[in-house]
Amino acid sequence: MEILTYAAFFLTTALIFAMITLGLNLQWGLTGLFNVGLAGFVAIGAYTSAILTTPDDPARIGGFDMPIIIGWLAAMLMAGAVAAVVGAATLRLKSDYLAITTFGVAVVVQLVALNAESLTGGPFGMGFIPRPMGSLAEQPLAFNLANLAFACGITLLLYLALEHLAQSPWGRVLKALREDEKAAAALGKSVRFFRIQAFAVGGAIMGLAGAVQAHFIGFIAPENYLPTLTFQIWTMLIVGGSGSNRGAVLGALIVWGIWAGSGTLVSALVPADYQARAAALQIVAIGVMLCVILLVRPSGLLGGKRS
Amino acid sequence: MGVVDGSPGGREAVLSIRRAAKHYGGLVAVADVSFDVARGEIFGLIGPNGAGKTTMFDLVAGSVKPTAGQILLNGVDVSAEPAHRRIGRGLARTFQIPKPFPELSLLDNVLLARQGQAGERLFMNFLAPGRVRAEEREAREKAMELLNFLLLGHLVKEPARVLSGGQRKLLELARVMMADPAIILLDEPAAGVNATLLETVIDRIQAINARGITFLLIEHNIDMVSRLCHRVLVMANGQRLCEGTAEEVARDPQVIEAYLGGA
Repeated sequence: MEILTYAAFFLTTALIFAMITLGLNLQWGLTGLFNVGLAGFVAIGAYTSAILTTPDDPARIGGFDMPIIIGWLAAMLMAGAVAAVVGAATLRLKSDYLAITTFGVAVVVQLVALNAESLTGGPFGMGFIPRPMGSLAEQPLAFNLANLAFACGITLLLYLALEHLAQSPWGRVLKALREDEKAAAALGKSVRFFRIQAFAVGGAIMGLAGAVQAHFIGFIAPENYLPTLTFQIWTMLIVGGSGSNRGAVLGALIVWGIWAGSGTLVSALVPADYQARAAALQIVAIGVMLCVILLVRPSGLLGGKRS
Repeated sequence: MGVVDGSPGGREAVLSIRRAAKHYGGLVAVADVSFDVARGEIFGLIGPNGAGKTTMFDLVAGSVKPTAGQILLNGVDVSAEPAHRRIGRGLARTFQIPKPFPELSLLDNVLLARQGQAGERLFMNFLAPGRVRAEEREAREKAMELLNFLLLGHLVKEPARVLSGGQRKLLELARVMMADPAIILLDEPAAGVNATLLETVIDRIQAINARGITFLLIEHNIDMVSRLCHRVLVMANGQRLCEGTAEEVARDPQVIEAYLGGA
């Protein structure tokens, strides 16, 4: 029973990472936008939904007690809008310059979450975020299975929509941008408009994933949105195969499996005194996996063809 | 819309350049150049290195904004419009070094040039999938036809990176044709093309021209210019030197001076 509960919890977490990876795949895999600040958009989604849906709290602004669905929609809108602004501000930047800028945005978002105590609860985070299946919380197995079904549904919807878009004329323009912006402009495509759209849609998906995660766990804090998250998602996309939506989902499952597995192994095998330090082995395990994939299959498990 | 002097039949101008100039700081790349390209002709722009041909070409293509003067397309002043608007106004360009989308199939490369596709608007793919599909089917048929016409029909599913230099020129022609242009700008269509394929390129340009499409081309290969172009404009040092048929300008002492005098 407990194993089943854990398996459901594990898969739910992995699927939320899969959602973020799908958003990154639209930006990087399709459009070639080097976003290294995705943790910032996930955080914006999570905090937006949390502020709107939590019960009133005298210690901070917000706590509007709104329905969860409103929180999720607002999370997408907010993260999408911020992403659009970032996209518009970085139109002239490519590759490494774009990476540094987006990284900076994520750091700013994280620092705001940490310091704007009256809005975000500061380092203590925000609790009492309503859960979609809250009534089941007393029965762990049923609760986790319900969450898993929820996560499966959202991931599937996102996957189908993104797959439809990737095959559409709209997706074709994004791929053209990835290959050669000047040639795309010569064919009448507004590079500016499509780049901003790719930023916004990808950002909205990341924001939704952040909100879903916040509501499943019920608690968020600034340290959930450190650059480690960005690193994990990038590894998932590279392992799965950038450009492939199926690869994005598969990569998330595998990398999260290794992350969680190595964590369990460390806590089982390493003496208690050394566990805090041994936790770094998780990042080592992911790093080694990344190296192996890049050496053996540089285009990722399912990234064979990039079109 | 003015009538073009000296062009076959004195037809109306598709493209008019009015006293165009481009300065880069103190450097004058193009100084006060005017010319008209008549509907249906193949118009050549030649001149020694540094004559300002490429800048002139960029002005017409919209990738560079003129310091002074106007670019008229079908009588409309487009000088201030960004490059990506030109193709919607009937002006398509190719690149000196072709820019195919290397990882996309030849078919996708050509489909991208289609203008006004509903499916390129994000939400139309969910709101009107039927219309998107129908347009796409029609576009696909036309793209296949063009790829066959440009002798690339057997490669439609291949990624564009497998093409040779000459085939890339042909792909660019297929791509611009997809946009139903009134005028095509060709930037050195003979550069980097082997002799056999060059004959094909020339032949196809003439065949496209026979369909009523106008060309403006920049070229170093004088043989190609004299075979293709109805009229030629010679530039040197950013200025207009003379204009006429290829034979006329080849006899012009000013032109000989510009090419041989090492201006």
